[in-house]
Amino acid sequence: MSIIKIVKFGLLTLSVLAVLSACTTDDKNNSQASSSNGDTIAISGSTSVGPLAEKLAHKYGEQENTNIEINQIGSSAGITNAISGVSEIGMSSRDLKEEEKAQLNEVVIAYDGIVVATHPTNKVKDLTLEQVKQIFTGEVTNWKEFGGDDMEIVVVSREDGSGSRDAFQEIVDYSSGDLIKNAIIASGNGNIKTTVANNKHAVGFISFEYIDDSISTIDINGVEATADNVLEQKYKLSRPFLFVHKDGQLSQAGQKFIDFILSEDGQAIAKEAGAIPIK
Amino acid sequence: MSIPTTNHTEKIGNANKRKYLLEKVSSKVFLICALLSVFTLLLIIGFVFYKGAHPFVAGGYSFVDFLLGTDWVPSEDKFGILPMIIASIYATIGALIIGVPIGLFTAIFLAEIASKRAAKIISPAIQLLAGIPSVLYGVFGLAIIVPFLQNTLGLVKGQSLIAVILVLAIMMLPTIVTVAETAIRAVPKTYREGSLALGVSQIGTIFRVVVPAAKSGILTAIVLGLGRAIGETMAVILVAGNSLIVPTSLTDSIRPLTTNIALEMGYAAGTHQEMLFATGIVLFSFILILNFVLARISAKGGN
Amino acid sequence: MRQFKDNLLNGLLWLSAFLSVAVLVMIVGFIFYKGFGLISFDFIFGDYSPTGGGGILPMIVTTIYTIAISLIIATPIGILAAVYLQEYAKQGRLVKVIRFATESLTGIPSIIYGLFGAVFFVTTLKLGMSIIAASLTLTIIVLPVIIRTTEEALKTVPAAYREGSLALGNTKLQTLYKVILPSAMPGILSGIILSIGRIVGESAAIFLTAGTVAAMPESIFSSARTLTVHSYLVTQEAGDIELAAAIGIVLIVLILAINLSATFISKKLNKATNK
Repeated sequence: MSIIKIVKFGLLTLSVLAVLSACTTDDKNNSQASSSNGDTIAISGSTSVGPLAEKLAHKYGEQENTNIEINQIGSSAGITNAISGVSEIGMSSRDLKEEEKAQLNEVVIAYDGIVVATHPTNKVKDLTLEQVKQIFTGEVTNWKEFGGDDMEIVVVSREDGSGSRDAFQEIVDYSSGDLIKNAIIASGNGNIKTTVANNKHAVGFISFEYIDDSISTIDINGVEATADNVLEQKYKLSRPFLFVHKDGQLSQAGQKFIDFILSEDGQAIAKEAGAIPIK
Repeated sequence: MSIPTTNHTEKIGNANKRKYLLEKVSSKVFLICALLSVFTLLLIIGFVFYKGAHPFVAGGYSFVDFLLGTDWVPSEDKFGILPMIIASIYATIGALIIGVPIGLFTAIFLAEIASKRAAKIISPAIQLLAGIPSVLYGVFGLAIIVPFLQNTLGLVKGQSLIAVILVLAIMMLPTIVTVAETAIRAVPKTYREGSLALGVSQIGTIFRVVVPAAKSGILTAIVLGLGRAIGETMAVILVAGNSLIVPTSLTDSIRPLTTNIALEMGYAAGTHQEMLFATGIVLFSFILILNFVLARISAKGGN
Repeated sequence: MRQFKDNLLNGLLWLSAFLSVAVLVMIVGFIFYKGFGLISFDFIFGDYSPTGGGGILPMIVTTIYTIAISLIIATPIGILAAVYLQEYAKQGRLVKVIRFATESLTGIPSIIYGLFGAVFFVTTLKLGMSIIAASLTLTIIVLPVIIRTTEEALKTVPAAYREGSLALGNTKLQTLYKVILPSAMPGILSGIILSIGRIVGESAAIFLTAGTVAAMPESIFSSARTLTVHSYLVTQEAGDIELAAAIGIVLIVLILAINLSATFISKKLNKATNK
């Protein structure tokens, strides 16, 4: 009798493991099968495009039974994932590089401006692109040089690999190696915003979507940071929001989601979210 | 213990054979389970070192430049982690300087001075705090310590070495207090009685008799706290500022080794990713050295 | 002079204890003060919404998934490993190696586990950023905890129990199953509880292996975020301290409940075995 018990105990332990591993392989097949049926769209990339994509996916989910997975991991990672097939769609908040263009199709889903943000009490409200460059490369380190109070400038930048950072650096014209060394590195738009909002010395750059009363926005070359000025190409700090995918790798569901984004409804959501519609 | 197999009826003989087989099989299964931890350790070391060593073995990068380089610009192929090594060392030492004395004194207080009732309330509460996710300590640091440093002490930026030190010191408190208190309580009563009978004051007894007797337990407490400080990641990201400079003052913002990995692993690829594994190797080595030193110290203490 | 030194040290002891308690009370107070306003039924049981105002149900579900899967794998392996070390192995080189490995695993920082998980489970085994990849990583993290606590528990089982059982003609395995494991149960249980605490509190390793998708997980192969990761992300990305604190309250209550039930269960079990 006791032998039976022991056998049971042993078998139970083993079968738990076996069933578990069996389950996992089963589930895996299922999930792969379902994704090829087009029920799941895996999207990853820019933290600037991310919030907009989440809102679009949320609305889309109300009318379609599609599971959209969005991982906000930065533009470069999203592009890499789209190339390697880890994600069906990559999100980028910068233009593709030549070698990336060769491997991916891109769809502009909206435009976005980048605003230079400071603490609301900062007296400096207007800078030229050249002055922005001087700040971020550490050539100028005190606000009084630009007519502000006599206090140190604390530069806040995104991390290397961020699409916003790449786009910003390209337009302002400095390279990652030129960035002032003691810059605070924040890993998302929201993080830059709160850092700037809580520090009167700070200056950073964020997507238009994140603008609110907690920060003050800087005019560039005398042009205010507004959607209209971006569309009229007067405001220089702007970039496209891209969805990128590999040729022939886009599922029907993915195509339908992109169609929805480009439709009037989708673009209305983009506008509401603070991005600039393509039309 | 061997089982007698000289039974007469065939039935019982078979049953015993089965029993015997089962004993043998099950002991092998147990062995495999035990070996699994050796296997995973080897797997982890293997993977991390394989990935991390690759750029130096196959990519033509110099390991010395990696360790002593002060520039970390992955997009321009520059990988130097000296700022992070120094940041990690400073932050850990700073946290120890603040956290260890306060933690130990608290443990002594709870074990020797506090009334039984007070200790009965405080000790479990502190124990519970050891279980709070470290991220919450980071949230506290960002919401309270960083603004305090900026507004009250007038620092240019609150995300700084000192903020990291404070958060880590607070975080290791519960660990140090709990472990050290247990060690001090384990010191036999007779030690204290003997010392007191010789006319030594209570405080004198505590510091000259009880604490030395609990030395090895106290050391364990410090090591556990140290391990927590050096390995902590997410709480530190929130308050470190993550700047890539070699820190020269308490007010500089810093990027420790752990933070560098967590910040960039999400989007790193190719050589960049391998360099993050190399960062992991350096961190790993720190921990190994720490464990080794500790084993030596506790071995000496034991004698 | 000595009197002065005594008084000084005594004062330092009181001061340190006061500081420790004050700081810790401040942290808990801060979390409850900041987060309490957000706690509501909808907050805890509502689905997450990217447009703000949503609940944390998906993160709770994800957290439960990771706890369940890691424990289902780690508990049997950990217990059997401890049984081997305590009951079967001859104390020799092999046991030393196994002990060394287990201790080393305990000391590895979780970010290294995260690195390993990201490359081994996510990429090499092609599990993708998923709950299962994170759970397997967590399994390795808690395995040493379970092994160690179970070993301690086995050590406390009196030798007389074993001898008695063997004398009655039970085999080693029967003795183990009928006598040793049941009386070591409270210790084993406390190891499991410790592991739950470790899993709930873990962030770095999960961050790198489960990803950050803020939605109800479809299956264990979905990318998702646990409560702790969520609390980190809302602080980091959105700077929403109140939300992070509210999640903190849920976490603290959870840990408190786990600890209390552990004490309760082990008391019950102790009573039962002492009868």
